[in-house]
Amino acid sequence: MNKRSDENGFSFSAYKEEAREQSRRTQVRQAQDHLTAVAHPSRKKDWETIVTGEPIYTQDLAPADCLVVKLLRCPYPNAIIEDIDTKTAMKVPGIEAIYTWKDVPQDMPRFTEAGQTYPEPSPYDRLILDRHMRHVGDVAAIVAGRDAKAVDRALRLIRPSYKVLEPVLDFHKALDNPILVHPEDNWACQAWTGADNKRNLCAHEESSRGDVEADLAGCDVVIDRTYHTKAVQQAFMEPFCAWCSKDAFGRLTIVSSTQIVFHVRRNVANALGIPKSMIRVVKPRVGGGFGAKQTSVCEMYPAFVTWHTGKPSMIVYTRQECQTASSPRHEMEVHVRLGASRDGHIRAVDMYTLSNTGAYGEHGPTTVGLSGHKSIPLYRPESFRFRADVVYTNIMSAGAYRGYGATQGIFALESAVNELAEKLQMDPIELRLRNTAKEGDVMPAYFDQVNTSSALDRCILRVREMSDWEHKYPLVRVDDHTVRTMGMSIAMQGSGIASLDVGGSTIKLEEGGYYTLLLGSGDMGSGSDTTMSQIAAQVLECPLEQIIVRSGDTDSSPYDSGSYASSTAYLTGKATEDAARELRRRIIDIGARLLGAKPEQCEFDGKKVYTVSTGKTASVTLFDIAAAATADNNEEVVVTRTRSSKLSPPPYMAGVAEMETDLETGRTRVVNYYAAVDCGTPINPGIARVQAEGGILQAIGMALSENVTYNDRGEVLENSFLQYKIPARPDIGHLNVVLESSYENSGPFGAKSIGEVVIDTPAPAIEDAIFHATGKRFTDLPILPEQIAMAAEENK
Amino acid sequence: MQTRVKINVNGTVIEEEIAPDLLLVDFLRAHGCKSVKRGCETSNCGACTVHLDGKAVLSCGLLAARCSGHTVTTLEGVREQAREFGGFIADENAEQCGYCSPGLIMCCLALFDEYPDPTEDEIKEYLANNLCRCSGYEGQMRGIRRYIEWKKQQNRKEAAAR
Repeated sequence: MNKRSDENGFSFSAYKEEAREQSRRTQVRQAQDHLTAVAHPSRKKDWETIVTGEPIYTQDLAPADCLVVKLLRCPYPNAIIEDIDTKTAMKVPGIEAIYTWKDVPQDMPRFTEAGQTYPEPSPYDRLILDRHMRHVGDVAAIVAGRDAKAVDRALRLIRPSYKVLEPVLDFHKALDNPILVHPEDNWACQAWTGADNKRNLCAHEESSRGDVEADLAGCDVVIDRTYHTKAVQQAFMEPFCAWCSKDAFGRLTIVSSTQIVFHVRRNVANALGIPKSMIRVVKPRVGGGFGAKQTSVCEMYPAFVTWHTGKPSMIVYTRQECQTASSPRHEMEVHVRLGASRDGHIRAVDMYTLSNTGAYGEHGPTTVGLSGHKSIPLYRPESFRFRADVVYTNIMSAGAYRGYGATQGIFALESAVNELAEKLQMDPIELRLRNTAKEGDVMPAYFDQVNTSSALDRCILRVREMSDWEHKYPLVRVDDHTVRTMGMSIAMQGSGIASLDVGGSTIKLEEGGYYTLLLGSGDMGSGSDTTMSQIAAQVLECPLEQIIVRSGDTDSSPYDSGSYASSTAYLTGKATEDAARELRRRIIDIGARLLGAKPEQCEFDGKKVYTVSTGKTASVTLFDIAAAATADNNEEVVVTRTRSSKLSPPPYMAGVAEMETDLETGRTRVVNYYAAVDCGTPINPGIARVQAEGGILQAIGMALSENVTYNDRGEVLENSFLQYKIPARPDIGHLNVVLESSYENSGPFGAKSIGEVVIDTPAPAIEDAIFHATGKRFTDLPILPEQIAMAAEENK
Repeated sequence: MQTRVKINVNGTVIEEEIAPDLLLVDFLRAHGCKSVKRGCETSNCGACTVHLDGKAVLSCGLLAARCSGHTVTTLEGVREQAREFGGFIADENAEQCGYCSPGLIMCCLALFDEYPDPTEDEIKEYLANNLCRCSGYEGQMRGIRRYIEWKKQQNRKEAAAR
């Protein structure tokens, strides 16, 4: 049992007092913004077509005569295609084309599927059709035909002959293994990632501050543990899909379920070896992404078919393909050494992460850094060291998944902090409050960025109160074989990639007096089209309905990196605010001209421009200003603004898991999850809340049921939703989420991000709760009922 | 080989020759019912839920040929109800990406038919097969419960008016 906090000379009331003061300051700051549209709930602008089942998704919009595109996938983890015979398959009625490595120059420049800003940190290690097969499911042939039946038949009739090679399946043995996943000479990468294909090394990183070894040696308590998380799947509901056609100018149009229209344009241009100018990428409604669709997993295949045949074509991945040949989270093993003094001061953190990128390097060099740089800065150690290796193996390649390495690192570090609390016999909440980074702190492990806005301590106090932690932690016995236990965790993420990501926004005043908002960001269901409209409506003082929004078209959208890295609310949101402010200024200009006044004598109230200091009151309506802009006019009423940021202000979160565990069967269930999130000003509190609820449940799946198992032939066993169990409704009790805002000066109306931080707290909180039920520390996810039952048995 | 079917889809009788292995989901999408989604192929996700003679079924696990002589309803056939109920989900922003929405709404409409005043556990159990990856289910549950309350009030008002 933990000692009572007051015995350590610790006072919650001092923290509570400070929290009240911070809260008051945020409210005062927010009040200055006179928020009428921002920070107000509203339905999403696309709600009605969604709930009435209108055809708004990629597959729904495909031309009826699209060729069906499917892929022949290799059954071996490492093999060379010696020959591939397609003659018989081509005879199947309705088959239009079959492409193999023979149709792709094997010495052409390689490319990456990763959706990242050029020059991409991910290595250029792919060919669209490669002779060397590097994982079970790698693509040996593209088949296009009139209908699915013909294509399926042709797939069975293709005769590849493989030279089967020994694979590298264990990521511990990958580095400097004589078997190379990428032995080829046209493999290429950015020098700074430290990658070396002749060592199976996709990236290497080291950073540190102070002398971590000396500090650890001087600590009273050191937790030394290695944690392991698997390559869990995003499991979006709409499978990967894309269709292509040629337009009147002979250009390729790609309609795709993607988060990154501009990066898809580059990736496909590189894959096909054609100019980017020949490609347009359009994103309709997207049925979930969570990062999976930050990689151009499938677009290049129909693009190749349509480019060569001139005919429209479509690919739709099966769920099995989504589970076995896609872009899941990077499997990581994180070794943590965490040192503290007896009074609960965290003095040193040392982390080493080994990340498994699989057969290709998409997002390999970038995800791994977050495992250290977005976990360590939660605290203020005197010294830290973070080292990482990312290795190639012969399994499915990994990609981007909400949390992007931070989830893995935070599971490791926060589990270690919970264990430290146990060793110190200190309340884990007290331990957090004593050590968290505060507003104004410089964060050495976060590239020396200043902590510009943080309500983390408020979040911690809030979940303590919501969960009745004082009375329920760590354990309440329900009956002779059932216990209720609790655990907690804190988390941070970023808001866009500092000094890199770009948000873009264009706003036009249209005839009739409505506005068109053009965005390059990719609303994937999360509601960014709506939140961006709310920002524009706030500045232009109009109802949400007066804003028309169109996002994700490379031909007409302003450039935007895309919706990933928690960037849209913060960067595209700021660009939208800037664009709307400038458009507002121009509206006043034109209005003043029409009134025969000077702009500084006029104001705009959303409906009309009117004079305020000319002695007589005159006004002109927005309708008339919009009309005037279409006749005898030399001033555009269209504004584009672009935003990057030197900062990536972290959103914060605290979470408490309350679990009920049957110690005889091992059945465990989160009966309540309590969460407080600091996303700065929530642009739409309803949408922010659902972001949190959704992210929490995904993480609960990762912690308790979503398993990924490979057999010795390199095959994933959980290849459908029959085996890969994402949480269903009966699996969860209640998710109790509150928003606890700080005010971020560099964000739009004080906003930071929310999309990713929400997936980071559940795994370590659940681990600690299960420890309190079973007496065993679990270091590997998922924690399965049989393991819990065995641990409980041993603990008897 | 082809087989002849006669299926009532949203009030229109469709009579045609189809392949005997054609799944209902593909038959329906080919006839313009694009609300019917395929999410998993293994009858796990519920995105393809439609009504067969008023009962919720998974159209990815059902041969179209077996529906001959029966009535199939998709979301296209109940748009007004979908808008009314869906508004409550949208008030919570819990439709999110919306890919699971048609299946969820079809299953909910069947639920409301069978259980006019369900408990939370009954709701969860009934909708256990309708997966959603965006919302965490919590907001959908809030929307469902508010709709049920609203519906009860409406019914009381109507009864009082009579």
